[in-house]
Amino acid sequence: MAIIVNIIEVKNLKKLYHDGETETAALTGVTFNVRKGEFLAIMGPSGSGKSTLLHLLGLLDEPSGGSYIFNNKDLTSYTRDQLADLRNREIGFVFQAFNLLPRTTVLENVILPLNYSKVPESKWIQKAKAAINSVGLSHRLYHTSAELSGGEKQRVAIARALVAEPEIIFADEPTGNLDSKSGQQVMSIIQGLNQNEGKTVVLITHETSTAEHAERIIRLMDGGIESDKPVKNRLTAKDEYIK
Amino acid sequence: MTYKHTARTALRGLTTNRSRSFLTILGIVIGITSIMLVVSLGAGAQALILGQIQGLGTNTIAVIPGREPTSPSDVTSLYSDSLKEKDLTALKNKANVPGLKSIMPVVFGAGAGSYGANAYQISVFGATELMQEIFDLHPRGEFFTSEDISARADVTVLGSKIVERLFDGTDPLGQKIKIKGRNFRIIGVLPQSGGGSLFNFDDMALVPYSTAQDYILGQKHFSRLIIQAESDIMVSSTAEDIKLTLRESHNITDPTKDDFTVQTQQDLANRLSTITSALTYFLVAVASIALFVGGVGIMNIMLVSVTERTREIGLRKALGATDRDILSQFLLEAVLLTAIGGVIGIILGAMLAFGISIGLSKGLGVDWQFVFPWNGAFLGLGVSGLIGLIFGSYPAKQAAKKSPIEALRYE
Repeated sequence: MAIIVNIIEVKNLKKLYHDGETETAALTGVTFNVRKGEFLAIMGPSGSGKSTLLHLLGLLDEPSGGSYIFNNKDLTSYTRDQLADLRNREIGFVFQAFNLLPRTTVLENVILPLNYSKVPESKWIQKAKAAINSVGLSHRLYHTSAELSGGEKQRVAIARALVAEPEIIFADEPTGNLDSKSGQQVMSIIQGLNQNEGKTVVLITHETSTAEHAERIIRLMDGGIESDKPVKNRLTAKDEYIK
Repeated sequence: MTYKHTARTALRGLTTNRSRSFLTILGIVIGITSIMLVVSLGAGAQALILGQIQGLGTNTIAVIPGREPTSPSDVTSLYSDSLKEKDLTALKNKANVPGLKSIMPVVFGAGAGSYGANAYQISVFGATELMQEIFDLHPRGEFFTSEDISARADVTVLGSKIVERLFDGTDPLGQKIKIKGRNFRIIGVLPQSGGGSLFNFDDMALVPYSTAQDYILGQKHFSRLIIQAESDIMVSSTAEDIKLTLRESHNITDPTKDDFTVQTQQDLANRLSTITSALTYFLVAVASIALFVGGVGIMNIMLVSVTERTREIGLRKALGATDRDILSQFLLEAVLLTAIGGVIGIILGAMLAFGISIGLSKGLGVDWQFVFPWNGAFLGLGVSGLIGLIFGSYPAKQAAKKSPIEALRYE
């Protein structure tokens, strides 16, 4: 029997926002685990708490209650600097709005996480080029982000998420700003990362068609888990994974 | 993050908004330019004044009546008639002051001068024939002699401005000028001294001191005694001998009660250096106001920049940047900005000072040397960097403490 190793163990995780005297619960207490190498989609309507959950899982925000064990590390006593280091080494982010640095080339954008890493500078270009190659943009190395299409921008963002070789990729509505063809291409890359390279992927989306690329879907409603089910008829992105 | 990379990131931050960066550093450029200019011109003025003092001969010693005032109310020390003929005799005695080569009593005052219908208030400077040598004077005509001194002769050597005011183009040599109602024969005329000269005789009528004492000023005492020591190395011992001789002559036992002051050229040079330095520091302080205003401008723009780049800060933090990384990036941007302003200011200030020194040399006819103020340059660079640190630290701290998620969410 194969041993199941969890990369994420969340118990009763809560997030409350205070606005003056009013207290709003974005997450009322969620409990679930994510296996290493799993492809999980988190779905839910606006305001269901899915982005809040992703920010907590991605160590970008601190929970108001509950426990979170990430890759066997209890993060309760971690300092801001330690969390930054963990984000740098073990987590890759893909955002809906791409978040590329303006007036900066593809290569420099992808190198960005390495600036904050312990990877020696002599290896930066080689690693960045490999990551850019894996998303099929080797011919765009020295183009600035303004010269790229939306789909290309998101592929650069994926290369940036991959460059430090993280364990897990958090993708927040990665196809939200893309046309369907570019969306397909991006999903194909993300699926390929999970299936071919064994990366754990946590994807946030409100589109069922996107979510069904995953193995499992957690549906959130009003800050709590409504359902947590495996995907029966899993979709495979039409485009070939670009290697 | 490595320093190299922080610097590169900071530089990129500045070059993406070139015109704004340029306008931001303008305040620093103006401040540093002013400081460079003031320090350079101050050093030039100091060099010029010291050069002129040294031109008098470093072996020259001046004895001034009265002592250095010990307090603002110590008025008596300023007006004194303590230097008299008997002091002159005592000092001339080789047994008292062996290092003394020559001594010249000087008296000065003012009097109405006239020639024909023209009148002019002139300064009367009574001295001996040594004056010509000490001040390196080259009059047209002659200078008065020791015989003129003993005979209390009514002769005078006139400064160029008096000639201009009273003689309307007539050659004054051999003519007679009335000073305080007494006729003086003009035996020499001095060329123009020039506006930048420390010793300006243009307004003066030089006469034998004995004549000035008896017939113009009506005083028995001297305004100064100018003494030349045998050599430079004997200046201090001679100055000491002069003090001892004068104390004996004036029956003074307590040196703090001296009614005279002995001043060497070195003392004078030091004193003038102190004055020009104080003036320079004062002007530097004024120029620093521009620097301060420039610093506030830097802080303002850096705060705008931090707000504009909130999402970038969020992204960098999401990708692993620590608070310290963000702090260094923005701090370095501010320091780079001010340091670049500093370098431009130093170059601009030096160029302006060079231009002005040429202008002063030609315009005033003095030997004004351009001095590159290394101290001003280092000060300017240090101060501008420091301003970057001080005024950049608040915006940088604001940037560093942003929470990654709030920064990423910022619209």
